[in-house]
Amino acid sequence: MIEVKNLTKVYVRDKALDDVSFTVEKGSILGFLGPNGAGKSTTMNIITGYLSCDSGSVLVDGHDIFEEPAAVKKMIGYLPEIPPLYNDMTVRKYLEFMFRLKKIRKPMNENINKVCRLVKIEDVSKRIIRNLSKGYRQRVGFAQALLGDPEILILDEPTVGLDPEQIVEIRKLIRDLGREHTIILSSHLLSEVQAVCDKIVIINHGKIVTEELTSSLTKTGASTEKLLLLIEGKRQAVSSLLMKTDGVVKVTDRGEAEKGCFEFMVESRRDVRRLIFKAFAKSEFNILSMTPSQKSLEDTYMDIITGKSEIREEKK
Amino acid sequence: MSAIFKRDFASFFTSPVGYAVIAGFMFFSGIFFYVQCLYVGTSNMSTVFQSMFFIVLFLIPLITMRTIAEDKKQKTDQALLTSPVSIPSIVVAKFLSALALFALCLCSYLIEGIILSFYAKPDWSVIIGNVFGMTVMASSFVALGVFISSVTESPMVAAVVSFVINVLISLFDTISASVTWEPLTNLLNAISFQKKYANFALGLISLSDVVFFLSIAAVFLFLTERVISRRRWA
Repeated sequence: MIEVKNLTKVYVRDKALDDVSFTVEKGSILGFLGPNGAGKSTTMNIITGYLSCDSGSVLVDGHDIFEEPAAVKKMIGYLPEIPPLYNDMTVRKYLEFMFRLKKIRKPMNENINKVCRLVKIEDVSKRIIRNLSKGYRQRVGFAQALLGDPEILILDEPTVGLDPEQIVEIRKLIRDLGREHTIILSSHLLSEVQAVCDKIVIINHGKIVTEELTSSLTKTGASTEKLLLLIEGKRQAVSSLLMKTDGVVKVTDRGEAEKGCFEFMVESRRDVRRLIFKAFAKSEFNILSMTPSQKSLEDTYMDIITGKSEIREEKK
Repeated sequence: MSAIFKRDFASFFTSPVGYAVIAGFMFFSGIFFYVQCLYVGTSNMSTVFQSMFFIVLFLIPLITMRTIAEDKKQKTDQALLTSPVSIPSIVVAKFLSALALFALCLCSYLIEGIILSFYAKPDWSVIIGNVFGMTVMASSFVALGVFISSVTESPMVAAVVSFVINVLISLFDTISASVTWEPLTNLLNAISFQKKYANFALGLISLSDVVFFLSIAAVFLFLTERVISRRRWA
């Protein structure tokens, strides 16, 4: 549905985007993840035709945004980072204006009412936008993007400024919309992307670091298994005993946790829990706790953007 | 395009700008009308029209200052530029909405004409011709103002810059009178807004003057379109 090919965008000095390519299938939700300033908004602004790029192309349903802008723009509903609201208008008047601006050929009142119901802004429809709270402004911006049921929704950090409760609602709404629409959503919150999206593209410093299905990203990354141990005994001796265990790659001393007890992080290539248990059962030291530390997506994400992960090497 | 025109025109009246401009115009044209027509007892309104030239220079920057700068400041340009409306249509819509507000001001001439009809027979052809002529002349000032508004993000800066440029344009006559070098004098006379407008004020509408003002408007609207398109590359 959306094909982004080799996008490069150079601002005065630095490259905002460097050879960015990815595709979004029809009816799927793509999460665009990256720290602030990674190039998420720039990419979205190019896909929606607000900015141009120095090289590369964007195909939306076979139409090139640079060749046939009007055709592409009609298919897209866009919520920019800062919702494009006219402060001097009422919510209703604003939505009517946006409806006409987008040249939507549908019954106007019906469509606006439906959208207002979806994002729950019916109660403020007669208020002037200037006086709305940030959460409502964000939702009016969302409503504007939904007008006319566009096939594609591009949402730049849609949950920023909302209450936790509203965030849950909006995420649910996005998931529901994802059944019929193709959605690109950006966020710097990993949990959000994890909760909502089918596929994740991680971008950092204008480059795509990884493009994975949400389900597979959680599993990769963990190339070694980690165990967190709390052991009572002599520090040096415990450490060397751990090191001697078959399969252990690295032992990190994390210091004294309780009196006479030390915490160790053990990295290994395979499951070594039984071996360690047996080794310590024979020794004079006691294992007080043993916790397998699971690699979460959060770690993977941090690894990826700080450049530690192997995924990065593979992609190169 | 009509959506943008309607919104922008309505926005003049959700802020004090629209009211202030209309009130200012009516105030000054009222004073000139009283002093130069009613007080001296003539039905010839040409001097009123000529005096209004300078007032217009002040008022038009107020109308045009927000046209494009405000959209940039509020980020609403993102809504406009990602909609299926082309950039030229956006520019023309904004230009027309500003010109429409100005045209609304000119209704005060008609009111003055009606007042005049109680005392004498007003020359309606001159009055109507002037409404038309002033609209045509204003189109080039409005287009200039829209252009200035597109190169800055602050409406205040846009207003000040266009005002300064308008004053410079009005000084063409003074400069040409004090310069002795003939080619420059001829050039300044040829592009003098005031001389061309003076013909309109007398009720003489010549095609060449109309074409002059409209082509200046077209040039600045074209430049505005270029500025907005260029910004997509920045």
